[in-house]
Amino acid sequence: MSGAAQRRTLPGFGLTMGVTLTLLSIIVLIPLAGLFVKTIELSPSQFWSILSNPRTLNALKLSFGLSFGAAIVNLVMGMVIVWALVRYRFPGRRIFDAIVDIPFALPTAVAGVALTALFAQKGWLGAPLAELGIKVAFTPLGIFVAMVFIGIPFVVRTVQPVLIDLDPEIEEAAASLGAGRWHTVTKVILPGLLPAMLTGFALAFARAVGEFGSVIFIAGNLPNISEIAPLLIVIRLSEFRYADATAIAVVMLLVSFVIIFIINRLQRWSQSRAITN
Amino acid sequence: MSQTIPMQEFASARKSARTEPAPVRFIIIALAVTFLTVFVVLPLVIVFTSAFSRGVGAFLNALADPEAFAAIKLTLIVAAISVLLNLIFGVAAAWAISKFEFPGKTMLNTLIDLPFSVSPVISGLVFVLLFGAQGLLGAWLQANDVHIIFAIPGIVLATTFVTFPFVAREMIPLMQEQGTSEEEAALSLGASGLKTFWRVTLPNVKWGLLYGVLLCNARAMGEFGAVSVVSGHIRGETNTMPLLVEILYNEYQFVAAFAIASLLAMLALVTLVIKIVLEGRLEGHHSDH
Repeated sequence: MSGAAQRRTLPGFGLTMGVTLTLLSIIVLIPLAGLFVKTIELSPSQFWSILSNPRTLNALKLSFGLSFGAAIVNLVMGMVIVWALVRYRFPGRRIFDAIVDIPFALPTAVAGVALTALFAQKGWLGAPLAELGIKVAFTPLGIFVAMVFIGIPFVVRTVQPVLIDLDPEIEEAAASLGAGRWHTVTKVILPGLLPAMLTGFALAFARAVGEFGSVIFIAGNLPNISEIAPLLIVIRLSEFRYADATAIAVVMLLVSFVIIFIINRLQRWSQSRAITN
Repeated sequence: MSQTIPMQEFASARKSARTEPAPVRFIIIALAVTFLTVFVVLPLVIVFTSAFSRGVGAFLNALADPEAFAAIKLTLIVAAISVLLNLIFGVAAAWAISKFEFPGKTMLNTLIDLPFSVSPVISGLVFVLLFGAQGLLGAWLQANDVHIIFAIPGIVLATTFVTFPFVAREMIPLMQEQGTSEEEAALSLGASGLKTFWRVTLPNVKWGLLYGVLLCNARAMGEFGAVSVVSGHIRGETNTMPLLVEILYNEYQFVAAFAIASLLAMLALVTLVIKIVLEGRLEGHHSDH
């Protein structure tokens, strides 16, 4: 029906494609290519000495390590939240469903100052935690809290549609065959949700690694202790050490490209599973 | 055996096969509600209580400050330009991708999504590397007295970069779903291409378009990382609202910082409410088919 020849009868391909490629090149592709040109200008030994600088290494370790931990919290709590929202009815359910998106919608600087005020030593949560001897604001734990905040929507929003569409007969069949509820959930339901869970985890991780606004207020920003990689890029830029900023940025960018690649694979995997089912 | 089970019992057995015991249900709901309250509701509440902690007068004073006024104005200008560019790009890309077949389409789709996976700081950095004093074009720009970095053009570029996929992302799947038959019918009846787009395509996708514009606008007004790198923080000149929040906060002017922050939080809440309304409309539209 809609063969290529027939589709070509619609006008405007040349114009819209031209506009698309021109704008995409000016806004996105050329600037990103500039980053790689700057990287190629660095000699391998220069590149290596920047990355093996202890301050750089510590910032990268802190960013990736805490992001991984935060994404795990997002995965576990995301599953709890999505289960409650999809499977149970409780007062305020629709409101809680809506507020899951707030970490997406709230400007990061606003989230940053709000979390800092909340977890500072005299804050609503900071004060009781301080009595327990737990200091959150201006420590790596504060960075972790901000990363958990920013990652909340990802697992919930990737798993939610899959859990809603899950065929109830599979569960009933498992139960009628004598499987206990725990067995049914872990052996029958969770495997079906796994691709969506991993996608949400990867998205939350990628977001936390690159996050800046909501983290820097609560972080304390002490070199080697609570200084995240994006902040180190900003610091190197303000010192006009463009080479350092570029090298750190390229490492972060490559890691996020690898993550996108993995996410794409996961989605293809889940689609092929859906078809074979 | 199964014939001996009465219908009611069978139904409740079916139901209990798909849920957990009451205590487990209670614990899961309590955990979810507590977590969302601590991590989402409380930060939101503290923005507003801090903004009004010294009364409405102090709140209004903070907003009436000339620096606040300059930041609000700049934020609106930057968002307007970014949304317009996004709209042009989004509609053009959606038309080309959804109505035609061509090699490299998957690649183009991936490239459009690229800005979403780049850290905001890196989104700003790429423009500094291009247009900054030591950047690839820096010497030429200085010689010709063109200011991009630490000036408004840089802020617009960085904001447009981070928001670039929004409209296209919403429009492409929606227009793909519409197919091409309605447009072909209009064209065969003698309508011009532009008129066909205006009268046939646009009415079908208007809610999706609005949705994309809304999300784009919210992100454009709230962007911090990318703008922070290119802005230079020149007071009254290159500070957007999020940057002013940072400056005021670092100067311990908490009421003023949270007053500006509360405006941005309101923007986020209004966006979220309209988004939910639009999602209802989009779903209603889908079920019409």
